[in-house]
Amino acid sequence: MRFDLLPHAPVIVPLAFLVGAMLAVLGTLFRPRWAQPLAVAVSAFATLVAAGGLVHVLAEGTIRYQLAGWRPPLGIELVMDPLSAFLTLLMAGVGLLVLIHSRPIVPRELPGRETAFYAASLLLLGGLCGLVLTGDLFNLYVFIEIVSLSSYALLGIGSKRAPFSAFRYLVMGTTAGSLYLLGLACIYMRTGTLNMADFAAIVPEVADQVPVQIGVVLLLTGLALKSALFPLHGWLPDAYTDGGSTATALIAPIGTKAALYAMLRVTYFLLGPALVADGALVADVIAYLGAAGILWGSFLAMSQRELKRMLAYSSVAQVGYIALGIGLASGYGFIGAVLHIVNHACMKACLFLVSGNLRQVVHHSYLPNIDSSVRRKMPWSMAAFSVAAVSMIGLPPTAGFFSKWYLALGTVEQGRWVLLASLLISTLLNAVYFVRVFEQIYLRPAREGAGGRPASGEAPLSMVVPTVVFAVLLLVLGVGNALLVDHLLLPMLGGGAS
Amino acid sequence: MIEFFVDHYAHVSLSILIGIGFFGMVAKRNLIKKLIGMSILQASIILFWIVTAEKDDATIPIIRKGDGAVDPTEYVNPLPHALMLTAIVVSVVTSGVAIALLVKVYRNYGSLEEKDVLGQM
Repeated sequence: MRFDLLPHAPVIVPLAFLVGAMLAVLGTLFRPRWAQPLAVAVSAFATLVAAGGLVHVLAEGTIRYQLAGWRPPLGIELVMDPLSAFLTLLMAGVGLLVLIHSRPIVPRELPGRETAFYAASLLLLGGLCGLVLTGDLFNLYVFIEIVSLSSYALLGIGSKRAPFSAFRYLVMGTTAGSLYLLGLACIYMRTGTLNMADFAAIVPEVADQVPVQIGVVLLLTGLALKSALFPLHGWLPDAYTDGGSTATALIAPIGTKAALYAMLRVTYFLLGPALVADGALVADVIAYLGAAGILWGSFLAMSQRELKRMLAYSSVAQVGYIALGIGLASGYGFIGAVLHIVNHACMKACLFLVSGNLRQVVHHSYLPNIDSSVRRKMPWSMAAFSVAAVSMIGLPPTAGFFSKWYLALGTVEQGRWVLLASLLISTLLNAVYFVRVFEQIYLRPAREGAGGRPASGEAPLSMVVPTVVFAVLLLVLGVGNALLVDHLLLPMLGGGAS
Repeated sequence: MIEFFVDHYAHVSLSILIGIGFFGMVAKRNLIKKLIGMSILQASIILFWIVTAEKDDATIPIIRKGDGAVDPTEYVNPLPHALMLTAIVVSVVTSGVAIALLVKVYRNYGSLEEKDVLGQM
């Protein structure tokens, strides 16, 4: 049975989430308590299938799955190659851990709305997995919109301000989706195909035509807006700050990364050599906007006093790193960008989970009020925070070091010193804002009156375990990054990019 | 000059429509008006796709059995229409979610003017 299942992994993973979302609505409407176990069970199943799919792909090569028996280029195909298989596993795995972690939070933050929350979460994860797996540009649009719509819903159920922030996010997100669709229309007019593999074959012949160029620029602008690339990042900090803890922990690590992954696909695998042809500015623009975003996000993160808001601004900076890798348009850039997508998903998830733990235990995540009593209370959460923060700064042997290392190698290889300087300066800025928190956690003495409280008050086990797992994953990814690069990323490079 | 507009009337009017949509989203300060601008933008892009399918002297793409060899230039390209059905669904759902959020905003702040809402934050 197991061996019959795996060749169908590309369709089973997104379908499991979508069916799970419907089941969550139908089955648990009157039993909100069952929603969380159901969501966890569905994501555990999807994670297992995704892992099996990855093993299968590595052993037997790419799976091309034709939906409804329509042959591509007309029909939609799902493509599970080493890269998309691994990212599917990442999306499903991060989703699983965050949903486990959400058990005590959601009933407290969103009483009575568990069913809606978990249904939207599953829809989000289904959209993300589908987005990563699809081999069709229009299908990509549909999955992007599924992801965005469930993000609006998730971020809209939070604090009093949340609906307004979510509406602003919705306006920006819809503009982005419309730009993408408009660009796709221009491309389709000239190429007559929406299939990615087919399109990649046609590109060399049409790359110099004006409608195609306009289309590509519109399409990439739309994706940049969805992924909050500087200067199109304005919607992100408010939406993340006002959303619930779990919603942010789901959307920040993997939600915006999805648009970046789509951008990576479009640039490296569809445009390929045309991306860096003479006079093509696209890659340069992406790289320099990425660099600007890195600096801008880091500067603003430094001046924030609320942990979630600081993390939101640092997300703007992290998106910049990935965009910089995409814009380098070289082997090192590609490896750096993909590794950073993976690493940042784990780092940010870990940090947002810690902020959730803080809100659960000490009921705030306001940085100036944090001192060493918090560390004594929650040693595991704070240890996980430290590992993730060290990784954000980029010190070996944590994962963050290696993605930055590849990006830096890429800039040195091309002699682009401005980009290298922005990477290095941002490392310093990251160090500034995280070391400030370290100082408070480890050195600032507990204030008067805080000593009377019991010393041990760690968050519930279901919250601590996922947090610690992410921290351990960061070390594992750091130490094992050579395996990832050799087995997953280098084979991809041979096929597509220049 | 006139000929250009006559030949490309569909594209010209759609560009104007897209402009109106963007203007509504960016410049209007009332949240419902922003939403209306968003819907106009989405509708204009859907129409733009439909225009790409158009061909001179072509008919609806229904082929009966026994028609023999088919000349594709005689039929309108059906794919954009099929795709735009999905896009219409997406835009309807987006409007639905947006209106739901606006209901929440109105309940929380008692206003849909951006200025009033921001003033209360």
